[in-house]
Amino acid sequence: MQTNQLLLIFCGALLLLGLLAFFAGRSKATRLRSAGTAMFAQPDQYAWFTVLSTAGPAILVGAVGAFILLLLGADIPTLYLLAASLVVAAIGLVVSLNQVRPDFHARQAIERVIRKILAGAALISIFTTFGILFSIISEALRFFQMHSFWDFITGTTWNPGASFLASAGRGDGSGAEFGSVPLFAGTFMITAIAMLVAVPIGLLSAIYMSEYAPRSVRTVAKPVLEVLAGIPTVVYGFFAAITVAPIIVNIAGFFGLDASYNNALAPGIVMGIMIIPFISSLSDDVINSVPDSMRQGSLALGMTKGETIRDVVVPAALPGIISASLLGMSRALGETMIVVMAAGMRPNLTANPLEDMTTVTVRIVAALTGDQEFASAETLSAFALGLVLFIVTLALNLVSVLMIRRFREKYRANNL
Amino acid sequence: MSHTFDEISQQLKRRHRKSSRLKWITMGSLGLAGLFLVLFFADMLTKGLPAFQQAYVQTEISYNEEAETDGRQAFDEELLPIISRTVVRVIPMELRNNPDMIGTSEEQWVLANSEVDQYLKGHRNSLSAEEQAAIDERVEAGQVDMRFNTTFFTNGDSKIAENAGILAAVVGTVMTMIVTLAIAFPIGVMTAVYLEEFAPDNRFTQIIEININNLAAIPSILFGLLGLAIFINFFGVPRSSPLAGGMTLALMTLPVIIISTRTALRSVPDSIRHAAFGVGCSRWQVVRDHVLPLAMPGIMTGSIIGLAQAMGETAPLIIVGMVAFIPDVGASFTNAATVMPAQIFTWSGEPEQAFVEKTAGGILVLLTILISLNAFAVVLRKKFERRW
Repeated sequence: MQTNQLLLIFCGALLLLGLLAFFAGRSKATRLRSAGTAMFAQPDQYAWFTVLSTAGPAILVGAVGAFILLLLGADIPTLYLLAASLVVAAIGLVVSLNQVRPDFHARQAIERVIRKILAGAALISIFTTFGILFSIISEALRFFQMHSFWDFITGTTWNPGASFLASAGRGDGSGAEFGSVPLFAGTFMITAIAMLVAVPIGLLSAIYMSEYAPRSVRTVAKPVLEVLAGIPTVVYGFFAAITVAPIIVNIAGFFGLDASYNNALAPGIVMGIMIIPFISSLSDDVINSVPDSMRQGSLALGMTKGETIRDVVVPAALPGIISASLLGMSRALGETMIVVMAAGMRPNLTANPLEDMTTVTVRIVAALTGDQEFASAETLSAFALGLVLFIVTLALNLVSVLMIRRFREKYRANNL
Repeated sequence: MSHTFDEISQQLKRRHRKSSRLKWITMGSLGLAGLFLVLFFADMLTKGLPAFQQAYVQTEISYNEEAETDGRQAFDEELLPIISRTVVRVIPMELRNNPDMIGTSEEQWVLANSEVDQYLKGHRNSLSAEEQAAIDERVEAGQVDMRFNTTFFTNGDSKIAENAGILAAVVGTVMTMIVTLAIAFPIGVMTAVYLEEFAPDNRFTQIIEININNLAAIPSILFGLLGLAIFINFFGVPRSSPLAGGMTLALMTLPVIIISTRTALRSVPDSIRHAAFGVGCSRWQVVRDHVLPLAMPGIMTGSIIGLAQAMGETAPLIIVGMVAFIPDVGASFTNAATVMPAQIFTWSGEPEQAFVEKTAGGILVLLTILISLNAFAVVLRKKFERRW
């Protein structure tokens, strides 16, 4: 590859220039110092300063040039770009060598550069959020140009099949329907089942661990519960599809009910098991930071331990418990592998958890793993679904953060 | 309304019974969670352990002229239905490479096909009663035997169940994780150092903090959408490559590393910083020479846990196309590759019974690696953790 070789040569040249800068800077500083002048910094610091001002601007020029190349499609040959970058490096080397003087604060200069580099690294997390928003919104907008937003939100039929024909040049795609209601109904059904499993078990386990359990049980039980959160979701998906779903079909058959092998119950229950530690661990922390004076007051009034927990501790910890549940819920809504492997593919608007139904994340995966071209309506619909998913989980997270903040302010709990 | 003492003591008894009932209920739910865990592991072990055993057949391979064009000629006709197709398929090529082998013969243990394997393990299979009886005879005669399944650890994926292995996926995982760590570790540590040690407490810093917490809670599949739209479609990173997957996972792991690094930095007491400032260090020198080395065990622990999380992640990798069928062990960061969770996902979609066992076997390998990583992190923390 021509470009690869060029890039390799460029890196080699830059490395050489950097080494040159380091040793030239250091030898100049050492020479000055051995001549007896008092200097503001150590020779090594001057050396690093020359290296930074050689490589820094050069890499910056290269990065900006590459970005312009990609973003604006400007036609600058890579060779010129890299050559320009090397010229900048050489200029930086000469200028900075000139700066190696006794009255120059090399250490402070390094400090300023490093602070900027670190701040730049911190900006990457912001870029990530913007990247997610930008990629989802721009593709979702392309989708909403093809299909109306209102139909997407309120339609009850999800049938992207015909858009495939349209992109293949047959038919006009008018038969394709993108009504997301059945997908969201399926998502909320499975999430609700998961929460029905996770909230009681998680909360009661947290109460046991913080109020009853001896220290030895606590130190064992907490990490063991965390194992549940560490198991990869693809493994849970296999477990749900191969082990849990047949059991549910058998049980339903015993009661004379007809269950699908892709029923909503199996992924829901397994997802609930996965979420238990999210809820138990945060609830445990919250219950622990309810002040002991409240327990003592309640016991002093003659309440039993159970009544104290039910009527005093849990109500006091309620904002934190709700916050934990909301976090768990947002986790369940966005969970993908369990539902991809264990839930159905058929959009199905029903209230019966024994039937197969599909979810938002399943459709996203289905739309993006097909053989369709990227601009087809079905592929783009994945981004529209992703946008809604992003907004819902973001809202849940924000509410959860606000609740926990209110709790923290009320009880001045600093460990949360 | 007044109560007699008897009534009140009755009431008290009831209240205490209720109280102790709550204790048992809470204890029960913790036990239930533990029971799930035990059931889960028991289920995975019973399904997955047989995958590490494989049926082999003892046979005489006669390298004759016909076998050079038709590999089946090298084997006893009776044995052909129970020998794996992969063994038969390589014979002509082997002969073409070593022509002087023609005319010789040798006794060898070769792979049996998956139906025989499944029958011997007592699973569902498509063999008829006579075929099963014939195999039983051979087992009696010592011609068919169960042995440790090395193929599973030395091969890539295959459509022939007995020939499929996890090595390509393991190599893919290692390459993807190299990319992930190479990006996420420096950027994560630098961000955390900036936020904890350098950043002024202003709006900008607060926005970054809120943003990081929010990133940690975004569903992983959305990172896949980002990887597809930006890395692959915009920057032209090759689809399905460890580079694309690693970059996507790096963004996902970033918040984990940042948050744990910040905790580690915060646990270094201020007296260390004050002492270093006192002898004239600049802020960067304090961080580089004193704070970072002391916080390193905590940072490593957090990074290993983040790495283990990324290693088990599947959804974003499916979106960037890392579910490709990879029969050969990959060698490049820009070629198509697969990772362990994606391999498990692919196998779980295969209809053959033999692949159920492969899937569970792959899960056991993945879980073993993840558990050892986490255990290593815990040991690291225990060994180097300092209480100030």
